[in-house]
Amino acid sequence: MNEIAAAPKLLPWAPERTGEVPPAAAGGLAPDGRGGGPGWTRSLALPLRLAWRQLRAERARLFSALAGVMFACVLVFMQLGFRAALFESATSLLSAMRAELFLMHPLTTASFRPEPLPRARAFQTLALPEVAQAVPVYMAQVSWRNPETGARRMIQLVGFDMEAGAMRFPGLEAVAEALKRPDTVAFDLRSRPEFGDIPGLLARAGGAPLKVEAGNREVEVVGLVEIGASFGADGNMIANEVNFRRLVPQRRASNTDLVALRLVPGADPRAVQARLREILPRDVAVLTHEELVAHERRYWEEATPIGFIFGFGSAMGLIVGMVIVYQILFSDIAAHLREYATLKAMGYSDGYLVRVVMGAALILAGLGFVPGAALSAALYGLVGEATYLPLGMTPGRAVLVFGLIFAMCAAAGLLAVRKLRDANPADMF
Amino acid sequence: MRDQAPVLLRGVSYAYGEGELRRPVLRAVDLTVGPGEIVLLTGPSGSGKTTLLTLIGALRAMQEGSAAVLGRELMGADEAARVALRRRIGFIFQHHNLLGFLTARQNVAMALELDPALRERERLARAGAMLEAVGLGAHADRVPAQLSGGQRQRVAVARALAGSPGLVLADEPTAALDRASGGEVVRLLRDLARSRGVPILMVTHDPRILDIADRVVALEDGRIVAAHAGAADRGGPPPLSAAAARG
Ligand SMILES: Nc1ncnc2c1ncn2[C@@H]1O[C@H](COP(=O)(O)OP(=O)(O)OP(=O)(O)O)[C@@H](O)[C@H]1O
Ligand SMILES: [Mg+2]
Repeated sequence: MNEIAAAPKLLPWAPERTGEVPPAAAGGLAPDGRGGGPGWTRSLALPLRLAWRQLRAERARLFSALAGVMFACVLVFMQLGFRAALFESATSLLSAMRAELFLMHPLTTASFRPEPLPRARAFQTLALPEVAQAVPVYMAQVSWRNPETGARRMIQLVGFDMEAGAMRFPGLEAVAEALKRPDTVAFDLRSRPEFGDIPGLLARAGGAPLKVEAGNREVEVVGLVEIGASFGADGNMIANEVNFRRLVPQRRASNTDLVALRLVPGADPRAVQARLREILPRDVAVLTHEELVAHERRYWEEATPIGFIFGFGSAMGLIVGMVIVYQILFSDIAAHLREYATLKAMGYSDGYLVRVVMGAALILAGLGFVPGAALSAALYGLVGEATYLPLGMTPGRAVLVFGLIFAMCAAAGLLAVRKLRDANPADMF
Repeated sequence: MRDQAPVLLRGVSYAYGEGELRRPVLRAVDLTVGPGEIVLLTGPSGSGKTTLLTLIGALRAMQEGSAAVLGRELMGADEAARVALRRRIGFIFQHHNLLGFLTARQNVAMALELDPALRERERLARAGAMLEAVGLGAHADRVPAQLSGGQRQRVAVARALAGSPGLVLADEPTAALDRASGGEVVRLLRDLARSRGVPILMVTHDPRILDIADRVVALEDGRIVAAHAGAADRGGPPPLSAAAARG
C-alpha cells in the first residue's frame, strides 16, 4: 500500500503519482502554514488527496455513491434532452421557413391554431421597395385516413406557393413540380407511424399514383418531405395554395395564416420591420424569423406544463442524487469522527477538514459525471430512434449538466460538513 | 532549549455547565513542566486530569487563571491561535486514532502535512525514519488493520513526535494495551522524548509505568494534592498517595 509502489493503481491526476505536490514553494514562511500563500495548490491538493484516499478505501461505498451521481446525471440529461427535443420539434416547421420577416395575427398563440389575418396585408407590404416577395402560408388541421388501416387522424396541412422558395424542407424541390397538379400533397416522412407507412407504400407503388383520403377528398401523395412531428401536429403534409383551398373549402380565400416576407438582398430586416409596423394596421404583428420561432417556443414553455414537467423531473433527479451523496459523505464522516477529531487535535483547521469533505463531494461529481454523460449519450441514440425525437448530446447541455451535478454534490458536501462539528478533539481524550 | 518552562499553569480553574448545573472540575491548579521533563499526572477517575490536559493542549478554551504553553498564553486565546499552538504539540490518545485508510507511513506523514516548507518526498522520508525509530521500519507500508495494538500505538507515538513538537501530551496511552506492550510503548516514548529533549505530560492510571517519570503529580477533586519526584531519579517505585493508586 505504499503510495509509490501503488502509484499505477491511482488516477493520473492523483498527486501521489508524482510523489510531490506540484510547484509548492520550498520557502515556507510561518509554521502555521498561512505565510503569504505558498501555493493554493497545496491547500487544495492535499485535502483532495486525503479525500480520494478515503473514498478509495471503501470500494462499495464509493461505487454506490458513483451510482447515485450517475443516476442523477442520466435523469437530468434525459429530462433536459426531451425538453429540448420537444421544443425543437415544436418549432421545426417555423424554423424551416426561409424568410426574413413574417406577418402574423397578434392573437395567434401557436402556429398549429393560427388566427387568420387578411391576405391583403401581404400585398400591402410590397409597397416597400425592400420587400421582394410576400408569400401567404396557410395552415389547417384536416383529417387523414390511414390507407392501411382506414383509421382517421388529424394531420397538419400546410399550403403555400412552392415557387416562392419561402420554405426549405429537405425533399421539397423534388416534389414542387408534381404538387402543381390538382389534388396532390406531399407527406412528411417524419410524421408519426399512425398515419400509415406512406414511404413504404410509395416505394411499393413504383410510380403508380398513391391515393389517400384527406379532408374528405381523395388526394394523391406525390412525394415525401421532411419536417418532423411536434406537440401541435402528429404529422404534416404540404400542398400548393389551390389544393389547400380544395381540401379546406370552408376557409375564406381572403384570409391567410402567416405571411413570409422575403427581402431584397442587403435590406436590413430590423429597419424594414420598423417601417412595416408604421404602415400596416394593428391587426398584424411583424416578426423576424428569430422572434417567430421564439414566440412559438415561448408558448410551449410557458403556456403549457411541458417546461415545468421536465424541470421538475430534473430537480427530482438532482435531489435524489444529492441525498445519496449526502448519505455517503455523512456516513464517511460519522465513521471517522475520532480520526477527524485527532486531525483537529494535531492542528488541522476546521477549514482544512471542510476542504476534505468538499473535495470528496467534487471527486464524486467528476467521477460520476463522466460515465453518466456517456450513458446518456448512448440512451439519446436509442430513445431518439424509438420516439422520432431529435435527441442528441450538445456541448452546451453537457456543460450545464456538469454544473448542476457539481452544484448537487457541493450542496450535499455542505450539508454533510455540519457533521464535522461533532468531531470535537476536547472530547477525544 | 528555552529558559521558560514549556508548561506554566497558575490558578487554573475550570467548570462544566452553567448556572445551577455548574460543576467545578479544576480548582486553582498550579503546575509547571520544565524543559525536557517527564511528568505523570495521576488521580482518581473524575478528578479532572483529562480536562487539565485538554486545556494545556489548547483543545478547550480557558475559563480562569493563566496557562503559558510553549510560550503562548492560552487565557483568552482565540480558535486560530489555539489551532496554531496544537501544531507544536504531539498528542497521544488512549486509542491510536490512526486513519484506517492510510498506511503507517502516511499516517505519520499527516503530522508533517501542515508544514508548508516540506515536500512530499521529505515528508515520507521523515515519516519512514520516525517509524524506524519506533521499530516499525519494516511495517511502514501496512495499514493499521494489519498491525497489532502495541504496534498501532507505536505508530501513534511516531506520529506525535514526527512534527518535532515542543511538548508531548498523552492521556492513558497504555490503557488499551496489555502490560508488556504498554510498558514497551511508554519506554519507547520516554527514550525518544529524552533524546530530543521534549517534555512529556502523561495522564496514567497504570502504576507499572510510574518509574519513567521525573515527577508524579496527583490530582484529586480538581486540586493538586501531591507532587513528588518520580522513580526515574530515585531508582525505585515512588510512594504513592492512596488516591493516585486507586485508579
Ligand atoms: N464535556 C463534559 N461536560 C460535562 N462534564 C464533564 C465533561 N467532561 C468531563 N466532565 C466531568 O468532569 C469531571 C472530570 O472529568 P475528567 O474527564 O477531566 O476526569 P479524569 O480525571 O480524566 O477521569 P478519568 O480518570 O475517568 O479519565 C468528571 O466528573 C466528568 O464527569
Ligand atoms: Mg480521563
